[in-house]
Amino acid sequence: MSGKQSDFQAARWNEALIMELSETGARGIVPPAMDADIAAAVGDVVAALPAGARREKLPQLPEVPQHRVLRHFMRLSQMCMGFDVTTDMMGTCTMKYSPKVHEHIARSAKLADVHPLQGEQNMQGLLELMYRFNKIMCQISGMDEFTFQPASGAQGIYTNACLIRAYHESRGELAQRNEIITTSFSHPADAATPSVAGFKVITLMPGEMGYADVDALKAAISDRTAGLMLTNPEDTGQYNPHIREFVDLVHEAGGLCAYDQANGNPLLGKVRAGDTGFDMCQFNLHKTFSAPHGSLGMGCAAVGVKDFLRKFLPRPLVAEADGGGYRLDYEQGEGIDKIRAFIGNIPAVLKAYSWVMSLGAEGLRAVAETAVLNNNYMLKSMREVRGVTIPWPANNYPKLEQVRYSFEQMFKETGVTSHDVIDRMVDYGVQHCMPSHMPMLVPEPFTMEPGESLTVAEMDQMLAALKAISHEAYSDPEKAQGGPYNASTTRIDSDVPEDPDCWAFTYRAYQRKKGHWTSESRRKIERHSGGY
Amino acid sequence: MSDNKGFSHPYVPNAEPGIRQRLLKTVGVASTDDLYASVPDALQVKGLLDLPDPLPSEHDLRSHVEGIIGQNVSCRDHLNFCGAGCWQHYVPALCDEITGRGEFLTAYGGGTYSDHGKNQAMFEFQSLIGELVGMEVVGSPAYDMGAAVNSAVTMACRITGRRGVLLSGGISGDRLSQIRGFTKPVADLSSIGIDPATGLINLDDLKAKLTPEIGAVYFENPSYLGLIESRGAEIAEIVHAAGALLVVGVDPLSLGVLAAPGDYGADIVCGDIQPLGIHMYAGGGCAGFLASRDEERFVSEFPMILMSIAPGVEEGDIGFAWSTMQRTSYDKRHDSEDYAGTTQWLWGIGAAVYLSLMGPQGMDEIGRGILQRARYAAMQIAKLKGAKVPHLDGAFFKEFVVDFSASGKSVAEINAGLRAHDIFGGKDLSGEFPMLGQSALFCVTEIHAKKDIDKLVDTLAEVLS
Repeated sequence: MSGKQSDFQAARWNEALIMELSETGARGIVPPAMDADIAAAVGDVVAALPAGARREKLPQLPEVPQHRVLRHFMRLSQMCMGFDVTTDMMGTCTMKYSPKVHEHIARSAKLADVHPLQGEQNMQGLLELMYRFNKIMCQISGMDEFTFQPASGAQGIYTNACLIRAYHESRGELAQRNEIITTSFSHPADAATPSVAGFKVITLMPGEMGYADVDALKAAISDRTAGLMLTNPEDTGQYNPHIREFVDLVHEAGGLCAYDQANGNPLLGKVRAGDTGFDMCQFNLHKTFSAPHGSLGMGCAAVGVKDFLRKFLPRPLVAEADGGGYRLDYEQGEGIDKIRAFIGNIPAVLKAYSWVMSLGAEGLRAVAETAVLNNNYMLKSMREVRGVTIPWPANNYPKLEQVRYSFEQMFKETGVTSHDVIDRMVDYGVQHCMPSHMPMLVPEPFTMEPGESLTVAEMDQMLAALKAISHEAYSDPEKAQGGPYNASTTRIDSDVPEDPDCWAFTYRAYQRKKGHWTSESRRKIERHSGGY
Repeated sequence: MSDNKGFSHPYVPNAEPGIRQRLLKTVGVASTDDLYASVPDALQVKGLLDLPDPLPSEHDLRSHVEGIIGQNVSCRDHLNFCGAGCWQHYVPALCDEITGRGEFLTAYGGGTYSDHGKNQAMFEFQSLIGELVGMEVVGSPAYDMGAAVNSAVTMACRITGRRGVLLSGGISGDRLSQIRGFTKPVADLSSIGIDPATGLINLDDLKAKLTPEIGAVYFENPSYLGLIESRGAEIAEIVHAAGALLVVGVDPLSLGVLAAPGDYGADIVCGDIQPLGIHMYAGGGCAGFLASRDEERFVSEFPMILMSIAPGVEEGDIGFAWSTMQRTSYDKRHDSEDYAGTTQWLWGIGAAVYLSLMGPQGMDEIGRGILQRARYAAMQIAKLKGAKVPHLDGAFFKEFVVDFSASGKSVAEINAGLRAHDIFGGKDLSGEFPMLGQSALFCVTEIHAKKDIDKLVDTLAEVLS
């Protein structure tokens, strides 16, 4: 990867779709052989199926020999910019090194080939792991009990919304308390999931410091307040110093407070949700705790609560068994309905536990402080990049783990947008950054989070790439707008995925609709979703 | 580490004292404490957390963690006949090879140009599932099948403008719990009666309950208890005549031999992809899918990322992009009726590898093989004294109910007896379906050889005697 010039060239296999690699009769794998005695004993089971149940025509799956299937997906893997391959500073995502040893441990049949209902006595190792990690998470967060059932951050936040709902319902106040308060720079899930859980959601807008002020909260609070759900630091990397007052005000009004710790990386060993007064929280094990992001999951959220909310957690919970060992407590009581099948995404729990055990208390603190130090190192240099501004100049606090930059000045002076910058980054061999979640309150946003894993040289390479793109924007804006040039594919017609006549989410739809791609009667697309 | 003595660890290179000092100097602060100026002192942790002593050596860590999980008995140590929503199938080496690739494992939010390969794999996942279920729209993976059912029935309610959801009485307790919790604010659930003789939904009861308030009707095929519904087209006709939408949950592994729901009139199809080349991981392998016809009224209600193919500027080039994100909770925030986020894409990629390997022939053979083995096992068990297979005359896939009531023994006792012989028995249904008495749900897949089934039957005979 070069920071000085864009001499990077991504793998560009022009790999055909798997359906197009099909040759009649080719086999990729052969299922286990059928015992002749069984076949004789049962007869033709397919012919015996009732008529309406039988598949009349084989599915149109591709027929591809094994090595070609391997090559196909190996080539696709080479056309990705995962953290194992290159620098990824995508904001709000907490990209970090996922230790390989965890993968090797998790592949063991002792984890991979365990059935969730095979009986507690035969999964003591798994239960012990969950029990130990529960204790660790309680210490890290200041909470009293955790569940690992939710399969992602958003599902963890949704779980918090369900816990708030169950609490007020148990007190007969749900009809009255139907409002959740969040902030505009909290993750969209902090607004979306309470809405899904049936609440009306009030979003506080940022003041001149870039976060909501206490007066805005006071104006939103009423006897209808069910709770507060937010991130802090927010997706801007700014910590709201009035957080304790926020929590106290909501408590005084009779609401509960849920701390979405999707941005918890800078707080490990530094600040605890429990000490801040929160009643519950959630951590993304696939972000802060190093479990791999898996191309967008296998995620897992650890949801923790204070003691008085323990009874509302979804079942089962891991408990100590009489006479030693561990058991699963399925006693429903007032527990909320199940969030996910079975007991959660256990591989992520194993990886998160291993990560904490490798680092220890001092290490977690070093992670948080280094992530913040790295971010401020990036910020220092980013201030010097032409066309970049830092929103909310009134806020002189150092940022925590990430910064939401703005390319507004560059756009005004050159016409080059933050999306153009993002696309062009790929030519420098680094993963692109995200602009921002919706709504895009910061013009031409660009959100960058370096994390604790990278070396100074890697950070400098990212900075050099952004400086080179900025220089290009001011010297050759057309080129800066036309990237990427060296990516795995050329620029696409981005109206197609937005046009109902053209979009295609499967091969069969593609076959039917691709003729319309070149039609002159195409719809005019007003809005593009942009990058996320 | 609030002083500047630093900390050396392979995962945190810049915590090393010299580098840390250099960075602090560049930033222009004396200590990292200065960088936390926005955090009130009263909220900051004083000293270190009380955590177990660390194991910074990879060797020491590995032996510690492997020591813990080594206490588990895996389904490769024992013979396993338990399914019930998470099933033991053979996982082809290529599935593990590809899902273990660091490039996929550690990719995340990259887009059209930075993660072209991930996007193509996802489009292929959607395409392959589409072929199996007979639908043109398939979304990226849902959290699990329950989450997919939740999205499916609530989108049907929004499309029809009705609150009523009719669920087959034959779904699992856990699935029912998931649906109850999710739909609570927006839907009214009721249950369709099950015909005790066939274990399938009672069509008279369905008709009686299909009032103008019903927006969605949901059944599973095969059902939770393994039974195959052959009246799909008739059910679809009844449901559509009442102005409701039909949602069908499937085991995608059955669709080499069983009819595609899209072909018998389902409007929305969902299911779990764990059987398609994903290890069980104690339930961590579960991941869902959601599919429909290609109509705007359906697409606009999908909660998850939809990967669309698109032409590149150069002739013959293709690329992929996330489509119509304004329908998702990323954009809708407080107006959301469902939510999107990180789900289970890695397992979607694994499933794409699996279906690419299996092809039409493989899916036909594996479906056939599971039908044969399950029927053989059921026939043999039905011969045992004290065991009854109530639906032996019906059609079932992979799973079947065994009623042990006549033996005078509980399923718990029987499973304990099997475990003593290194066998995991079927899921105990006595709590979930009390009307079935002391019944268990046995699961037989392509991994079970005749000798394995015979061992189960012989051991059961011994335990029952």
